[in-house]
Amino acid sequence: MRYLSPLLAVALMLVCGMVLFLVLGKSPVEGFKVFFIQPMADRYGVAELFLKATPLMLCAVGLSVGFRGNVWNIGAEGQLLVGALAGGGVALFFPNSHSPLLLPAMFVAGALGGMLWAAIPAWLRTRFNANEILTSLMLVYVAELMVSWLVHGPWKDPDGFNFPQTRLFQSKAILPILVEGTRVNAALIVALVVLIIGWVFMNRSFLGYQMKVSGQAERAGRYAGFSARRTVWIGMLVGGCCAGLAGVSEVAGPIGQITEHISPGYGFAAMIVAFVGRLEPVGILLASLLMALLYMGGEQAQQYLGLPFSISKVFQGLLLFFILGSDVFIHFRLRLDRGRK
Amino acid sequence: MQRLKSSITLGLGLLAGSSLFAAEPAPTQVGFVYVSPVGDAGWTYQHDQGRKEMEKAMAGKVKTNFVENVPEGADAERVIRQMITGGAKIVFTTSFGYMNPTEKVASAFPDKFFFHATGYKTGKNMGIYNARFYEGRYLCGVIAGKMTKSHVAGYVAAFPIPEVLQGINAFTEGMRSVDPKAEVRVIWVNSWFDPGKEREAALTLISQGADMLTHHTDSTAVVQAAEEKHKDNANLYSFSYHSDMSKYGPKSCLTGTTHLWGDFYTRTVKEVLAGTWKGTNVWGGIKDGMIKLAPLNAAVPEAVKKDVTKLEKEIKEGKRHPFAGPVVAQDGKELVPKGRNMTDAELGAMNYYVKGVASTLPKN
Repeated sequence: MRYLSPLLAVALMLVCGMVLFLVLGKSPVEGFKVFFIQPMADRYGVAELFLKATPLMLCAVGLSVGFRGNVWNIGAEGQLLVGALAGGGVALFFPNSHSPLLLPAMFVAGALGGMLWAAIPAWLRTRFNANEILTSLMLVYVAELMVSWLVHGPWKDPDGFNFPQTRLFQSKAILPILVEGTRVNAALIVALVVLIIGWVFMNRSFLGYQMKVSGQAERAGRYAGFSARRTVWIGMLVGGCCAGLAGVSEVAGPIGQITEHISPGYGFAAMIVAFVGRLEPVGILLASLLMALLYMGGEQAQQYLGLPFSISKVFQGLLLFFILGSDVFIHFRLRLDRGRK
Repeated sequence: MQRLKSSITLGLGLLAGSSLFAAEPAPTQVGFVYVSPVGDAGWTYQHDQGRKEMEKAMAGKVKTNFVENVPEGADAERVIRQMITGGAKIVFTTSFGYMNPTEKVASAFPDKFFFHATGYKTGKNMGIYNARFYEGRYLCGVIAGKMTKSHVAGYVAAFPIPEVLQGINAFTEGMRSVDPKAEVRVIWVNSWFDPGKEREAALTLISQGADMLTHHTDSTAVVQAAEEKHKDNANLYSFSYHSDMSKYGPKSCLTGTTHLWGDFYTRTVKEVLAGTWKGTNVWGGIKDGMIKLAPLNAAVPEAVKKDVTKLEKEIKEGKRHPFAGPVVAQDGKELVPKGRNMTDAELGAMNYYVKGVASTLPKN
């Protein structure tokens, strides 16, 4: 049943979407085609789907490690940005490097950057018992301002007419393209490897098991001697690490420089991906592709159907709503309770 | 049989691909990429007005579509590309952050045409366009100088890029040309669109004594805040930006610098269709019809109206430049000597306040 719920949610979302198209005066068949088929109609479209899904799956797999342990890291967006800054910073500080180690170094820096940003809420939680939902979320805005400050200030392209962006990265700091003529790049491989590592960690390691136990039954975990602190630290750091990698994959991939607009909210969308994917790497892979499709379908719906951009947000919202709803009805049986006071 | 088969394939192809472009003498497809929702006022709204005007002027020859709220990150390249693969021959990308994506797609499709607003990279099939917003700012400044009683103007601004600084400095020059005692205070909200912050900044400036307010942000919040506080101070007025926002400040919004892209879009598309296009690097002002003052509020006295009309004419004829020397920086350093106007290159590299701006520029 656990795995049926996302399918149910997707089906309900589609039905609702069809009704929505009908209400908006569009043919539901045409709407479905434009929204869900057309983005994948050619090789380029499919490649774009994977490109768009890459940061989502990276963030989501990291988050799901924490979510399984009841560690609610809401700040993947900020960790992604700091990761992008750290990784991008390496590219900017070695503008003439031809070393093949430059890209790996950028990824390491990005992972460390994301972990550093996630370590703050982890420390606040374990030291002061501060709610990590709030602290990690608030640090997103700090990270955004930091990006803004750097691209308006010290890291601004000196030849860029004062516009808020860094230099374009040198070619050795750009991820190699996997399929000629598309934008899908080596970050996809990184993401898939992370998914596999994530699967092994969650399903085959003792630490992963401990996290799961602490998450599902905190007390049982404590009696078994599993450290709640360690659960928090691992949950946050893994989330930060993966989000940091996602940040690097964006700036060293399709963007090619640091600007104020690194992520259109991947860190937040990844939470939906993690839940629709049942906190399982395979599910996350599929869910991230679906989420990417929703983004791209929204663009197509604007171009060909003249629908407003919010249509993608509506679909995302429907999906999350139905998955949560299905879960409620799967886990609980609702009974009308009349007369008993 | 062969024929039947091929017509079936063709039919299927049209169905699957782009059933929308099946008509025979297909009108040229023109795409627009917007950074924010169209809404009912602001930067994107003005571009969309321009799009509609162009489509009307070229009725039958051109068909347009747009995608709004396209993030300036990795998604822009795909959207621009999809417009081309969807059949567009010409694409206008209307925000600075689309520069590099536009350039990338332009080099991949050398037989299509791309136009990028407010950037600086051009190519064989890529033009750029922008408007001299500062000309309108100067005129607003003059009105502010004539109308102010507190000799303080408040300016809510987004980011210290040259375009925004040109506006602040032009407004200051205009205001001080008629009121040498005047000073301009600036609050940076670090966002192009954040009505809450914009409003707060406006209220702060009012509490600091500003009775003339304007903004370089995308919402109508500042104009609305001024309208609200106009009750307490009958001499509190505002100047709108991007669009005519008088309906948000019927009593207090004196005028505004409005952007007009319609003529430019029509002209450019015509040139491309006629095959006479030879590259675009347009930085148009009042003269080119790309900037205009919104209708003046009844609160502006007749004499001031006359002066402004005269000044507007002088700018149009090139007899007056908002940054005519001597232009003096905030710290007293002379930037442009008497006898010459600031050059376009100098304008494009503006990273300072002129004398008369009371705030300090955020340091890098």
